[in-house]
Amino acid sequence: MSLDEIRVLLVDDEKEFLETLVKRLVKRKLKASGVGGGEQALLALREKPVDVVVLDVKMAGMNGIETLREIRRHYPLVEVIMLTGHANLEAAIEGMEIGAFDYLTKPVEIDELLYKVQDAYQKKALQEQKIALMQAAAGPLPKPGASDLLEG
Amino acid sequence: MSLANNSKDKTRRASRVERLKLWELPEHGASPERYKILRRNIFILMIFVTTVPLVIMAAINYHEYQAGLKQEILNPLRATVSRTTHSFDLFLAQRLSAVSFVASAYGYDDLVNEQTLGRVFRVMREEFGEFVDLGVISAQGIQLAYVGPYDVKGRDYSKQNWYHQAQIKGTYISDVFLGYRKFPHIAFAVQRWNRQGKTWILRATIDTRRLNTFVSSMELDRASDAFLLNKEGVLQTPSKFYGKTLEKFPLQLPPTTYQANVIEIGNGHGDLAFLAYTYFADYPYILAVVKQRAEVMKSWYSMKSNLITVFVVSVIVIFLVVFGLTDQLVKRIEECDEKREAAFRQMEHNHKLSSIGRLAAGVAHEINNPMAIINEKAGLMKDLIEYADEFPQKERFLTITDSILNAVNRCGAITHRLLGFARRMDVNIEILDVGDIVKETLTFLEKEALYHNIELQLEFSVGLPGVAADRGQLQQVFLNLLNNAFAAVQDGGAISISTRARGPQTVAVAIRDNGCGMSEDTLEHIFEPFFSTKGARGTGLGLPITYGIVKKLGGEIEVESKQGEGTTFTVLLPVKVPDGSNFSY
Repeated sequence: MSLDEIRVLLVDDEKEFLETLVKRLVKRKLKASGVGGGEQALLALREKPVDVVVLDVKMAGMNGIETLREIRRHYPLVEVIMLTGHANLEAAIEGMEIGAFDYLTKPVEIDELLYKVQDAYQKKALQEQKIALMQAAAGPLPKPGASDLLEG
Repeated sequence: MSLANNSKDKTRRASRVERLKLWELPEHGASPERYKILRRNIFILMIFVTTVPLVIMAAINYHEYQAGLKQEILNPLRATVSRTTHSFDLFLAQRLSAVSFVASAYGYDDLVNEQTLGRVFRVMREEFGEFVDLGVISAQGIQLAYVGPYDVKGRDYSKQNWYHQAQIKGTYISDVFLGYRKFPHIAFAVQRWNRQGKTWILRATIDTRRLNTFVSSMELDRASDAFLLNKEGVLQTPSKFYGKTLEKFPLQLPPTTYQANVIEIGNGHGDLAFLAYTYFADYPYILAVVKQRAEVMKSWYSMKSNLITVFVVSVIVIFLVVFGLTDQLVKRIEECDEKREAAFRQMEHNHKLSSIGRLAAGVAHEINNPMAIINEKAGLMKDLIEYADEFPQKERFLTITDSILNAVNRCGAITHRLLGFARRMDVNIEILDVGDIVKETLTFLEKEALYHNIELQLEFSVGLPGVAADRGQLQQVFLNLLNNAFAAVQDGGAISISTRARGPQTVAVAIRDNGCGMSEDTLEHIFEPFFSTKGARGTGLGLPITYGIVKKLGGEIEVESKQGEGTTFTVLLPVKVPDGSNFSY
């Protein structure tokens, strides 16, 4: 599995943090992009599909938990990693209950984030494989992506 | 100057108002003074409302009983006097009518004959007994005939008072007198007319000893005295205390009444006595009974002493009870006030702590974001340096970025601890490793241990099951116990903390110090709120709170202590067996 096929969307309202982290992930060959809020994230997801969303819990406007709920509703195969401060462990746990893949506390070690993203991507790939197999058994389908299927 | 005067005036007025309102508790002012006033007010009020009715009741009873008893004793006395008077009356009337009958039945001619007179006299003696003699006296007052033990025939009575009385009134009863015969007797005289139209008098005397038997028939007690007086106050019968017959009665005569009457008089010996008496309607006598007041009131005095004893004892009991009760009550109130104040202080303290906690959490959280940026920027810098093929002073820059990243990590640790402290305010049950919690708690005390040169020994068993508890609360428990241990040991002392399993369901954390230890007495009280051996430094709440938390977590605290050797607190916490619920965290 190569890193360059992983599409990562970073969501954080702290612009400096967002841009730097995107740059660092891009440096590590990931297809990373960033948006500054929950609404933009949902818009971006509609524009082009991603594999993993790294989502800050505490944001102005639509917060992390609400955004997570929306993502899980519309794009169930997309994996979400939560970013929290120490004070928001409860929020992280809540996120896990809703169906986030994992959580990381700020400030994040870049390598740790990388591993988590890879794990999330692998999980997503496995799910997709399973679905593809089931669909193959059921009959041919116009498009392979489950998320696209739901969108249509 | 005038201002100063004014304020003085005001305080004086205020103090008077306060004194008037006994039942009002002064809300403000110096504390001990306040309770003193309260104690005094309650005491005075209670004494007042209990003793005043008691005194009134006692006074009423005293007078009622006294009056009642007096009547009860004096009424029979009055009745006795009345009855005896009637007996006297009857006795005298009988004797007089006997003499009168003899005078009428025989006439002058028969009775002047001494033989007839002698026969009549014998019959009278047989019938009545107490007649001493019988004589006939002429109109000139000469004794014409006489029967009796004395030789008085021919004696002239015309100058004597009784003779004139008899001449005027027709009948006469004399006072007791010795007369010619030197022993007390009473004379009866009846005047009649003979056939020549001249008056003559039949005169008989009786022995007064018979009268004494009437007195003895009154059945009086020994201290009482009964006797007859004439209207001049001369004793007609002998008296026990006031002289013999015909002596003068030493006390003043009572006012005239023909009804039996009782008056209080001096008894002539300095005490009071009751005099029951009555005047005879038809005879010149007074029947008197003197009863010593002390004798009469004997039952009253015993009653009175009982009454007084009961009164005094109950007043003493009331005083004691009221005093004790008031003391207890006020002490209770004082304690309650103290507790309330301490609770308020504690609440305030908690409030302050939680505010600080929230503030700390806010600061920690806000700092996290810029720290994350620094982290990423430094990281990016490091990336750029690492990925660049050629970079001047590559190694040096990498060292610098690494130290920035290290500093960021340290910041992270600090905010982590701050948040951990802050989170103590919200109870959040997790599965925790007690060893970790103890270690976390010790970070607060490491500096102090170092400063006081206290040796910390840790013995943590490996592989202990986790306990279900709130991190903050558990930290508080260990912090309180460790604080106490630190307070107990001298500089250079040792504190050991060990964790081990006790049975499959319990984890025991023992905190042992080699400090001063506690007496049995102290041990009994350590979990009571507001009990402290640290004086002003202690709140007296550390161990009660600790105990409360441990109990809430379903655990126990054991204490062993020996004075001078040290103390061991053991906290027993129940193991939470994950029963299928997802403790993914």
